[in-house]
Amino acid sequence: METAASTTQERAAPKIQIRNLSFFYGEFQGLKNISMDIPGRKITAFIGPSGCGKSTLLRTLNRMFDLYPRQRAEGQILFNGRDILAENQDVNQLRAKIGMVFQKPTPFPMSIYDNVAFGVRLYERLRQSDMDDRVEWALRKAALWEEVKGKLDQSGLSLSGGQQQRLCIARGIAVRPEVLLLDEPTSALDPISTAKIEGLVSELASDYTIVIVTHNMQQAARVSDFTAYMYLGELIEFDATDTIFIKPKNKATEDYITGRFG
Amino acid sequence: MDLYRKRLLVNRAGLTLSLLAMLAGLAILAWILGTLVVNGIAGLDPTVFTRMTPPPGESGGLLNAIFGSVLMVAVGILIATPSGVLAGIYLAEYGGRGWLAPVVRFINDILLSAPSIILGLFVYAVYVASTHHFSGWAGAFTLALIAVPVIVRATDNMLALVPNTLREAAAALGAPKWKIVCFVTLRAARAGLTTGVLLALARISGETAPLLFTALNNQFWSADLNGPLANLPVVIFQFAMSPYDDWKKLAWVGALLITLSVLVLSIVARALGGRRLSS
Repeated sequence: METAASTTQERAAPKIQIRNLSFFYGEFQGLKNISMDIPGRKITAFIGPSGCGKSTLLRTLNRMFDLYPRQRAEGQILFNGRDILAENQDVNQLRAKIGMVFQKPTPFPMSIYDNVAFGVRLYERLRQSDMDDRVEWALRKAALWEEVKGKLDQSGLSLSGGQQQRLCIARGIAVRPEVLLLDEPTSALDPISTAKIEGLVSELASDYTIVIVTHNMQQAARVSDFTAYMYLGELIEFDATDTIFIKPKNKATEDYITGRFG
Repeated sequence: MDLYRKRLLVNRAGLTLSLLAMLAGLAILAWILGTLVVNGIAGLDPTVFTRMTPPPGESGGLLNAIFGSVLMVAVGILIATPSGVLAGIYLAEYGGRGWLAPVVRFINDILLSAPSIILGLFVYAVYVASTHHFSGWAGAFTLALIAVPVIVRATDNMLALVPNTLREAAAALGAPKWKIVCFVTLRAARAGLTTGVLLALARISGETAPLLFTALNNQFWSADLNGPLANLPVVIFQFAMSPYDDWKKLAWVGALLITLSVLVLSIVARALGGRRLSS
C-alpha cells in the first residue's frame, strides 16, 4: 500500500475536502486557515508536536466540538461534496457516517455484544439473527472475535486495555461508516496491542477512509499512505508519507521528522 | 540527629492526640449504641410487630407506627426519587451552558442543609393549615422535600464523575443526547444513584421534627394517608417523655428498630458504592 502511494504519487478521489478551515476555542485560534484533500480508502496521518492542532482538526471532521459551547469552526469541510459545517447538517447523521475511536478505550458499561450493537440499533432495525451476524462481522473485522466469542454477554469493562480498544474499533465499524477517525488509538496500549491495531488499521483501509492522529512518527510511517505535518495550528506540509519522511519539501517538516525539533 | 529526634517526638505526640480523639468519638458512639441495644432488646418481643401502640398501663406493640413509618417513607421516596434524579440529570447533563444550573445547584445546597423542622413548618402552613387536619400525605410530602435535595446532589455528583470520553464515544456513533444520557451515562452512574437514593431513605426514616407538624400520630391502626398517621419517630418522642414504663420500653424498641434499619440501608449503600469503584 505504501509503495503504491509513493510510486504513483497519485491521490485517490478526495473523500473529505477541507477549505480555509479555522477553529476557535473561545478567543484562542486552534487552527489557522487549513486546506487539504483527504483521499478516499487511504490512510492519512496527522503528525506534529503537542498542541499543534492535529486532534482539533480530527475533531472538526465529525463536528465533535459541537458538544462544547465555546468552540467553533469557520470555513468549509466538504464530505462527499456537502459542507458538513453548514447549519442544516444533522450532526448525528454525520457521526453515523464518520466513526471515531479515541485515545483511551471507552467501552460502554454494558455487555460486549451490546457495546457493538449500540450504534447499529440507533439507525437500523435488524432482526435478532441479522444483528448477531453484524456483531460477529464487526468483531471479526476488529480481530477480536476469537477472543470474545464465548463471552459476548460479559461486560465490556472486563476486557484488557488492548481488547477494549479493539472493541471500540468494532463498535465504530459495526455501523458501517464511510470514514474512521482514530485519535491516537494506541498511545495508551502496550507494543503487542499496538501492533495488532496497526495491522487492523492497514486492513480496514481497503474498505474505509481512515484518518489517524499519532504522536508516534514511526507509526505514521508504518501505517499511513499520506501524512500531514502540523505546527501551531497550521498545516506545514501534506504529501505522500514516503515523500514526507524521505524528502520533505519544507525545512520545518524535515527538522521535526529527523528529530531536531519537537 | 537532634532534628530527626525532635521530628520523631512531634510525630508521636501528634499520633497520640489523633488516636485519643478517635477513641473519644468511638467511645461515645459505642456508649449510645450499647445503651440503645441493651434497653431496646429488653423490650423486643414478637408482640411489638403484631400489636398496636397501647394506652398507658397496658401492654402493646408498635405495629401501627412501623406500618405508618414505612408507608410515609415509601411514598416520600417514591415522590422524591423521580424528581430528584431528573433534576440531577438536568444539572449534570443539560445545565452546563446557562445561569440556571448554578443557581439551582446553590438553592439545592441551601435546601440540603435546611433544618428539617422548617420544612415541616412549611408543609404545615401550606397544606395542613389549609386542609385543617394532620395527614399522612403531609408527612410523606415533607419527607420527600427532605429527600429531594439529597438525591439531586447525589445524581449531579455521580453523573459528573462519568468521564466525558464516554459521552463523546456515544456521540461519535451518532447517538442523540437523550439516548446518551439514558443508555450510557445513567447506566455508568447506576450504582452511585442507587447509593444516593438509599442514603436519602436512611436520612428520612429517622426524621421526627417535620412529622410532628404534619402526620402527627395515631393511636390506632390506620392506612389512610388523608388522616393522622402513626409513625416510629413521633411515637418514640411521645413515649420516651411519658412517665409510663411500658411506653418507655416501647420507645427504646422503636429507637433500636430505626437505628438497625438505617444501619442496614447504609451497609447496602456502601456495598453498592464499593462495587461501583471496583468495576
